[in-house]
Amino acid sequence: MELLLDSLFNGVAIGSVLLVAALGLAIVFGLMGVINLAHGELMMLGAYTTYVTQLIFKLPILKPFYNSYIIVSIFLAFIVSGVVGILLEKTIIRKLYGSPLETLLATWGVSLILQQFVRSVPLAYGTGLVISLLIGLFLPTIFPSKIKESINFKYFKFSSWIFAALTGVLTGSVISSSVSKLSRASARNVDVTAPSWMRGQVEIIGTAFPKTRLMIIVITIISVIAITLFLNQSAWGMRIRAVTQNRQMSDCLGISTEKVDIITFGIGSGLAGVAGVAVSLLGSVGPNVGGNYIVGCFMVVVLGGVGNLLGTVLASFGIGIMTDLIGAGRLLSIWPDMPLPLSNTINFFATTSMARVMIFALIVIFLQFKPTGLFPQKGRMVEN
Amino acid sequence: MSLSKIKFDKKIVLSFWIILIALIIAAPTLLPVFRLNLLGRYLSLSIVALGVDLIWGYTGLLSLGQGIFFALGGYCAAMYLQITSSSEFPNNIPEFFALYGVEKLPFFWEPFRSPIFTFFAIWIIPALVAGIIGFLVFRNRIKGVYFSILTQASLLVFFNFFNGQQKLINGTNGLKTDVTQLFGQMVGSESMQRLFFWITAILVITAWFFAKWVVKGRFGNILIGIRDDEPRVRFTGYNPVIFKTIIFSIAGGLAGISGALYTVQSGIVSPQFMTVPFSIEMVIWVAVGGRGTLLGAILGAVFINYAKSLVSEALPASWMFIQGGLFILVVTALPEGVLGWIQGDGPRNLLQRFGLKRKIETYPSLEVNNKEGHNE
Repeated sequence: MELLLDSLFNGVAIGSVLLVAALGLAIVFGLMGVINLAHGELMMLGAYTTYVTQLIFKLPILKPFYNSYIIVSIFLAFIVSGVVGILLEKTIIRKLYGSPLETLLATWGVSLILQQFVRSVPLAYGTGLVISLLIGLFLPTIFPSKIKESINFKYFKFSSWIFAALTGVLTGSVISSSVSKLSRASARNVDVTAPSWMRGQVEIIGTAFPKTRLMIIVITIISVIAITLFLNQSAWGMRIRAVTQNRQMSDCLGISTEKVDIITFGIGSGLAGVAGVAVSLLGSVGPNVGGNYIVGCFMVVVLGGVGNLLGTVLASFGIGIMTDLIGAGRLLSIWPDMPLPLSNTINFFATTSMARVMIFALIVIFLQFKPTGLFPQKGRMVEN
Repeated sequence: MSLSKIKFDKKIVLSFWIILIALIIAAPTLLPVFRLNLLGRYLSLSIVALGVDLIWGYTGLLSLGQGIFFALGGYCAAMYLQITSSSEFPNNIPEFFALYGVEKLPFFWEPFRSPIFTFFAIWIIPALVAGIIGFLVFRNRIKGVYFSILTQASLLVFFNFFNGQQKLINGTNGLKTDVTQLFGQMVGSESMQRLFFWITAILVITAWFFAKWVVKGRFGNILIGIRDDEPRVRFTGYNPVIFKTIIFSIAGGLAGISGALYTVQSGIVSPQFMTVPFSIEMVIWVAVGGRGTLLGAILGAVFINYAKSLVSEALPASWMFIQGGLFILVVTALPEGVLGWIQGDGPRNLLQRFGLKRKIETYPSLEVNNKEGHNE
């Protein structure tokens, strides 16, 4: 019983990282049919945001609040990755609408650039750049409508970008002068240390669970609930669902699909940032940190089907639990005296890498029966 | 995609071939060994690019897993070389087996003692694996992005498998070929490398003609039909699954040959051939060269790799930026690739922009129809 509980917890922990990472991918893919290969790098940005936040909270002014930095960094990571995602949508993905394979390649290019960016640009100035992007993209939208409608709006826009650039440079240099660790570029991995209240373990029914894992599960649950509420209760959520179901018809009914695309992509990317916070708690953070999770996320999306969050949730927990069952050879300890050939097979697959092989084989077998995933979108199109 | 080709004079074509063949024969004397070896490697990579062009440029299947077949071909060749030159080692098996306490050659490597078997295995095994993966995926009408993701996932699976199996294939370390012997000579030696260069050059040309033959005629038309409108092909009574499986395994076989040639020239095959970035790079060679042009794939593979080695020698950090930018640029600004742009309306449009050529008058409806045709 204890063993089973342990296994279940491990599976859920693996699954929840997958889930929070795949959530954004699934929403974007459901809406726009776009696979974002830079999703892993948006996660990486989230992880680096956690690191930067941690260092900034070590400054004397913010030292008293140090323990809460992880909470703050969740929001910051959401914003950072979201802003980069919105920029990505506005500059590249919008141009490639209707050609998903080209989008795939372009986002791969973006991911290469982002990886090299964190290697060769000091994190302090990277932070400054993100801040200026944030201001430049959002300052024009909060101007009163009187200014927005005037002919001279482009000058306002232009000056707000200048203001944004100045602010960015200023914050960059302030951060780099006050936190020496952020002032130099480095390709080395960095470590995020959890605040003291998150270290150690909790005992539930006689089994010890690490607190960081629990924290990740909590983050995942909150993200899923928040995104479900947003999609099902808010006006924009309704528009997103409408566009997912039928883009042309929604467009005809007056929904601004352009805005829906931006919002969805921003939220999807922001969720990648949140996933990055979770990932940063598990191990060291490097430019390639996202790549380890990205294929798992894709598998979740393929397995779960498009346009249904329940599918994503079930698929990620399914994959998580199976990974743990196979990868740790749990079946052997649950059923110790099984026949030899069977136990040999299980031992053969009882490593992390071989478990992936097995899981993929299982997914391919599953797709033979349900090619469009657990919960396929219903329609009458020939293509589907 | 515009398919209008520039018609060349027969004499020009003939002289082009004579110059090309002369260059291939003379290359080993003109280039230093290091550069010759690099050129040979890039030429062998252009064979896998031809395969990518067949499946992506002509059939519209974006595979991100060509590295699997590339590496399989490489492993077949490397294992044969290791086995044949292992007579001094204990148990007459390659040296690395002793490190993991393996005393007998694993049974599936047994046939690789025969050179004839290996010669066929290099392209048949990757083609078979590709056929099986392809059939399982295509049978369920999985396509588009799903297909790309699944091929990427299978790439990762193969990578994990090859990385983890020390006892069978030496795991992460891979198989070395440069100190093995073939025809009584070291594979890494200068004379052998020269021979491999010529073999590669001949095979690239052969593969090019083969690919041209494949896309010619009705088979090629169906491939293009599948790319442009698969349901319509199906409604006309063809079964796209068969055609897609065949072309995918052809591409797999080409990748296998390419991998074997690359392995003997680079001196090692390792699971690094099956990493995700390498397989996506193959796609960008084709995209830059011009998909659906075949020649573009060859030129793209050679030139981009050459540029990569030049840039990496000079400014190691900037290659990632350049490569990333290339991906974005080529899909947003130059979707038909360089050769496609030259063969299509590109130069004319450019001349028009500078007022050097008159605009061609078209009916508005023609323009609109053309635009629709572009949205694949």
